[in-house]
Amino acid sequence: MEDAQQLVWRGAIPLQIHLHESEVTTLPPPPPVHILAPRIGYLPLLVPQIKPHFDNALPPGVDTVWFDYKGLPLKWFIPTGVLFDLLCPEPERPWNLTVHFRGYPANLLLPWEGEDSIKWSFINDLKEAAYIINGNCKSVMNMSQADQHDLWHSVLNGDLETYLLVSTKLRLGMEEGHTVNLDSMSRKQENEISGQVKSGKIPIRLYVRCVTENFDDLDEVPRLDNWDRLHYINQPVEILQEEGKYFSMEDAIGTLLPEVFVKNTVSEEVADGAEGEEQKEAGKDSRRREPRVCLGGAAELKLLRVQGIEPQLDIPFSWVASNLVHPERFLHVCALIRADRENTA
Amino acid sequence: MGSGGIGSSWDGTLSVSEFRAAAVAFADRWRISGSSLPPWSWVPVDEQHRWLSRQVDGFLSMENVCMMRSAGDRDAAAEEMGPCGLDEPVDVATLVPRGGSDSDVNRCDLNIIYSHSYRLPVLYFRVYSSDGQPLALCDFERHLPSDSVEAIVGSKWTFITQEEHPYLKRPWYKLHPCGTSEWVKLLLLSDTSVATRDDAVDLYLLSWFSVVGRVIGVSIPFETTRSLD
Repeated sequence: MEDAQQLVWRGAIPLQIHLHESEVTTLPPPPPVHILAPRIGYLPLLVPQIKPHFDNALPPGVDTVWFDYKGLPLKWFIPTGVLFDLLCPEPERPWNLTVHFRGYPANLLLPWEGEDSIKWSFINDLKEAAYIINGNCKSVMNMSQADQHDLWHSVLNGDLETYLLVSTKLRLGMEEGHTVNLDSMSRKQENEISGQVKSGKIPIRLYVRCVTENFDDLDEVPRLDNWDRLHYINQPVEILQEEGKYFSMEDAIGTLLPEVFVKNTVSEEVADGAEGEEQKEAGKDSRRREPRVCLGGAAELKLLRVQGIEPQLDIPFSWVASNLVHPERFLHVCALIRADRENTA
Repeated sequence: MGSGGIGSSWDGTLSVSEFRAAAVAFADRWRISGSSLPPWSWVPVDEQHRWLSRQVDGFLSMENVCMMRSAGDRDAAAEEMGPCGLDEPVDVATLVPRGGSDSDVNRCDLNIIYSHSYRLPVLYFRVYSSDGQPLALCDFERHLPSDSVEAIVGSKWTFITQEEHPYLKRPWYKLHPCGTSEWVKLLLLSDTSVATRDDAVDLYLLSWFSVVGRVIGVSIPFETTRSLD
């Protein structure tokens, strides 16, 4: 079986990028550019490939590049794959984005100061992840310049081999055998547990979008037209081991979104027969939760996406954490919730 | 959390509920001290955040503080960041309450937000000119204490960076929290009035802000450093 991590690193989204009409100074307007964008990459890093196509059409001025999707300015620090998962519940292929070289919406978006902006956002996230995993960020703070350079360039180039080589030194549970340090906070000072990531804290960036509209199909989900309707937070989840049980994706979601009703059929609705029936049945009964009764009406998890995948809820969370993690060691989890606004107090 | 004795086992971090308790204690102390700076208020988090917030239902905010003096005036007060400041009378702040000439007066909002990752309070701030325009670091740098400016120059991307405000989702400046737990722990454990974890929670933000506030030129009112009773 192909290594899931390799698949994640090779994952890409076909983009069709249009130059915003207000910046077109030529007739006919330049045709859109087609480009494969790495899921773990960041949109502004594509600019060197995009710019030559639009260079002649641009009005005079200084470049301040940003992208939008149907009018929504895109945040550059969110990995491209995560943006796609958040904004396209029903995948759009190719994904039609608009590029702007002028008029940066500085009140909405963080300033973009070139590759250094995203590099340091990446390293600061990595530091935060290290703190969650090890209780300090020393391994990242003390990284040599050469390692820092190699690590960043491995992400830029999608070079998993180099990435693993360098990140192993950071002792973030990536090394051979997936050793993980228990967080120094926890009382169980067992120091290290070998084997798959079994225990400890997992850095998670949770994105939650809540809609009030009813929908049956994902293409009926209303378009996200405002970032204020999407909430995200860095929120570690501690993998809790119980005797004879494993900590599942559903357990993790229960920790992250305790008030959201997770329907047992979520995976059936979205997986659409992609997995064997027996597999689903097997997982279901032993782990079935009592439906959570929510105060003031139900909030229901409609869609869960991690790296473009809708993970089955009975999958061991440690597998998700080890394999679907982003290079900055955060697992980006996108949740779509439907709730009755009127009924919530 | 527990009311037991505090010792080497405490790592200098706070749980979510302890942060809330610490915030209330800090805001009370600040108010009673009769500080000339604006009060701290608890800003409840938007109801839409409730899926995320998990027991954190808000953050501390102090708004509309004036920044006036330039870095040159501050040199005498510039001090090393560290645990030594608490016992000394604190210098008058760079940030002063409103009043005085309004030309060249920048205003500043400060937010103290709990980080689930670091289990610590983190300082976010933004600075804007008298006409409400947000200012970039390079525009207000000269109003900061000189040692902060040095740190900003020396570690451009790891000391103060512009990031999204976790709740307001707009660009704010963030003071990076790395290493915070170590020095807060030192500060609090060296304080003889801190005998229990509850004591530590009670004084946590005061000790923390005595260091963190100074980075952006705001010092705690002298009175708040004394215990209330």
